[in-house]
Amino acid sequence: MTTTIPDRAASDTSLEKVNNFAVKLANVNGTGSASANSLLMQAIFRMGIPVSGKNLFPSNIQGLPTWYEIRVNKSGYTARALDYDLMVAMNSQTYAEDIKEVASGGYVLYDSSWPLDAHLLRDDVTFLGVPLAKMCLENFTSSRERVLMKNIAYAGALVALLDLDLEVIATLLTESYSRNEKLLASNQKALRLGYDYAMQNFECPLALHVAPMDETAHSILIDGNTASALGCLYAGATVAGWYPITPATALMDNFTALCAKYRREPVDSNVPGAPDSYKNNYLILQAEDEIAAIGMVLGASWSGARSFTSTSGPGISLMSELLGLAYYTEIPAVIFDVQRTGPSTGMPTRTQQADILLCAYASHGDTKHILLFPANPHECFDFAVQSFDIAERFQTPVFVLSDLDIGMNDWVVPELTWDDDFVPDRGRVLDDQDLAGIAEFFRYTNEDGDFVTPRTVPGSDSKGAYFIRGSGHDKFGKYTEVPAEYQEVVDRLKKKHAAAAHAVPAPLEVRRDGAHVGIITLGSCDLAVREAIDELAARGIVADYLRVRGFPFVQSVRQFVEDHEHCFVVEQNRDAQLRSLIALETEVDINRMRPVLHYGGFPLSASQVVDAVTATLEVRP
Amino acid sequence: MSSPTKPLIPLAVLPKNELGLTVRDYEGAMSTLCAGCGHDSVTAAITQMYFELSMPPHMIAKLSGIGCSSKTPTYFVRGAHGFNSAHGRMATIATGANAANRELSYIGISGDGDSLSIGIGHLSHLMRRNVNMVYVLENNGVYGLTKGQFSASADIGSRSKRGVPNIVAPIDPIMLGLSMGATFLARSFSGDKEQLIPLLKAAVAHKGMALIDVISPCVTFNDHEGSTKSYRFMREHEVKEIETDFVPWQQEISMPHHKDDAREIIMHDGSAVRFRSVPEGYDPRDRQKVEEYIRERHERGEIATGLLYVNEASSDVHEMNNTPEIALSKVPFSKLCPGSSALAKLQEDFR
Repeated sequence: MTTTIPDRAASDTSLEKVNNFAVKLANVNGTGSASANSLLMQAIFRMGIPVSGKNLFPSNIQGLPTWYEIRVNKSGYTARALDYDLMVAMNSQTYAEDIKEVASGGYVLYDSSWPLDAHLLRDDVTFLGVPLAKMCLENFTSSRERVLMKNIAYAGALVALLDLDLEVIATLLTESYSRNEKLLASNQKALRLGYDYAMQNFECPLALHVAPMDETAHSILIDGNTASALGCLYAGATVAGWYPITPATALMDNFTALCAKYRREPVDSNVPGAPDSYKNNYLILQAEDEIAAIGMVLGASWSGARSFTSTSGPGISLMSELLGLAYYTEIPAVIFDVQRTGPSTGMPTRTQQADILLCAYASHGDTKHILLFPANPHECFDFAVQSFDIAERFQTPVFVLSDLDIGMNDWVVPELTWDDDFVPDRGRVLDDQDLAGIAEFFRYTNEDGDFVTPRTVPGSDSKGAYFIRGSGHDKFGKYTEVPAEYQEVVDRLKKKHAAAAHAVPAPLEVRRDGAHVGIITLGSCDLAVREAIDELAARGIVADYLRVRGFPFVQSVRQFVEDHEHCFVVEQNRDAQLRSLIALETEVDINRMRPVLHYGGFPLSASQVVDAVTATLEVRP
Repeated sequence: MSSPTKPLIPLAVLPKNELGLTVRDYEGAMSTLCAGCGHDSVTAAITQMYFELSMPPHMIAKLSGIGCSSKTPTYFVRGAHGFNSAHGRMATIATGANAANRELSYIGISGDGDSLSIGIGHLSHLMRRNVNMVYVLENNGVYGLTKGQFSASADIGSRSKRGVPNIVAPIDPIMLGLSMGATFLARSFSGDKEQLIPLLKAAVAHKGMALIDVISPCVTFNDHEGSTKSYRFMREHEVKEIETDFVPWQQEISMPHHKDDAREIIMHDGSAVRFRSVPEGYDPRDRQKVEEYIRERHERGEIATGLLYVNEASSDVHEMNNTPEIALSKVPFSKLCPGSSALAKLQEDFR
């Protein structure tokens, strides 16, 4: 049954392949492969081994090619790998390209119910044929199960081939299907079919396999959208306006689910559990478009609620007008931009960091916004909480720029923590008592050291009533067309924005002795860049590292550029947007920074950074 | 061009309402609209209405978009909290504000450009969501601030000041509302304060989104011969067959002559809206008949004014979402944040 092409010689690198390999699974979307793939990834995580899973999926519901990549790395390098040691080729449409991608000496697992075309075969890889379709046809009766269970069957084969802990897998299946005994039984059966076949027909485990470690005991496996939603829950957000968009939809789906679980307050009722037995301490509005979504956020924030929206690039484009209104009238707002590939519709299921400049200067006229750049789901949680504090402290929109890679993929990150003494910073809001103590209230006077002026919320005493206007206004909030009065307000806004540099998360900087190269990056490039720095060090190139985590920038960003003879800025867009923003805002010479750009839509890999840096330095290791 | 403040010293002793406030306390800044603008009459009606209702000014939130009409919230209730937003977007801001604090009385002022062109999507969804607010659409068929272009409510054949006839079909906000599931639809004329004030009161009392389409002639750009939104045209074509008197539950402010065919609609707060001179068989609660009636009147070239449709039985956005009686913005943080032990526990799902 196995189509084993000449046995490859016993690899002298086989030891290196324990807990150090990458698997790519090529599937057809809509066939149920996602749950099998994440099952494998989750099992490796539970075995205590650093691991990542990247879902490279099409903007489609059923029938197009989709891939899932699992990278196992004992040293914790879990950025996207480009060398695949094992290809699970389940999509005959893409056999040719998938088989081509396997590293020499690697393996291809395929469905041997049908023979592989001879032209697909390679001498330097091992083909492992498992008759998945045939097995499922013989063992399952419904057509639906025959398709679905193929996935669990190949997962079963991989359990044997990669030496995954069968007990861990069994537990995961039980947890997943605890409410559906029949489905659980089918899954267990399919898993066993694949497992037994592999055990009987191949020498298990392969040279590349896993061995239990203890590296994930204090970690969780979570995607950024879930973590961001948790942050909003913990920050006390009560009103959300949103419009469905990939890849941000799951953020609000998660927030909705979390609210249903944690925000229902019991009220007196004769019938516990009845719809009138609780009240929802939240209101989530699915808007008619992103314009309405941000409008709702502004209305709610104006009224004193913590409010947010989640969207992606096209949504930011639509929101731009009202973002300018929020900036100019000084209304807090939190906007999650889970970035995808632009421009226009672009590639909705592919990742990019190409909304940096859009968000930094969103809206017409002179506008500047505060941006936060989380690099992983852990930071999504922390930054989500901070974003509300910063938005209310500075009375302005705050963008949390995540991306599809962070938002939709499961990441292994340290456990989230919460300080029960946390008190939200609601900023300068005058209540009726405060108003009673002042002679007169004017909206844009009495600024503090950060150039923030106190506000009131609707419902407060008429002494604090004022009229918000997006039209020209003076510091008293009154309509004006007088140049000096207009300028006084917008000049303060500029200073207020600059003052926020110390409120956003500080850059993370790692300096090394003897470094003559500096690498600046942001967001989801983090893991790949840090791996690249280690790889460069192994090649004799010592590089310092700086990851910006917020905008406006603090002085150390400019300093970092000036301190390095060779400074690279690694980011995922075509136009070197972070580099431009640093040059524009710190006034450092743009030519001191060399762009390293990756923007095809898939997550960044360390080798791409290493190649770009070494090519530029003309170092040939 | 700032808005001068009106002098606060009354010329005579003015009557006081239950809060001890006079009508002057419900006024705002001096209008900067053209002399004779219909919008100023609407502003006066709103001022009078809040005074008569004894509404505490700080409990009013007044919002608008962009346009001549949208300037007017500055001209009434200076003690209210105001938000002059962006063109066509007032409905979205009002929705969010209402979501955060349901305790206030919301009034949105918009125009036909603001509501029926750039903001028609938001207006439609505001009606669907049934956000509890008064929505006054000051309708003059024309873009005033940009010097007289037709709006989406201009009738076919109506002539602009330059003599050009409009050739595209008008949008009737009442018919739009009927198809969107609106729960309160009224029409009036800016020059008819006697009808407008009771309608506004009924709209405030209504639990849900209450739209009042107020035909409000533009004296500068749409009050000429050939316009179908001029004062003259309105006086000649208005049919006030459906008259409304608002009778607050607590105290009667103006009691009309009782007629045998009077019909009362009880609002959610217990107050009543009364119809007079209702044509035989007309029931503002019967959506299908309302639609037929308005069409029929329209075909006769008549504009039916008054409370045209009402549905007091439907839920507003808060009831639909089962939110607490108090403002969400007042729910203490301790009830919103699940705390560290819940976080530790929920992370068991992420192992």
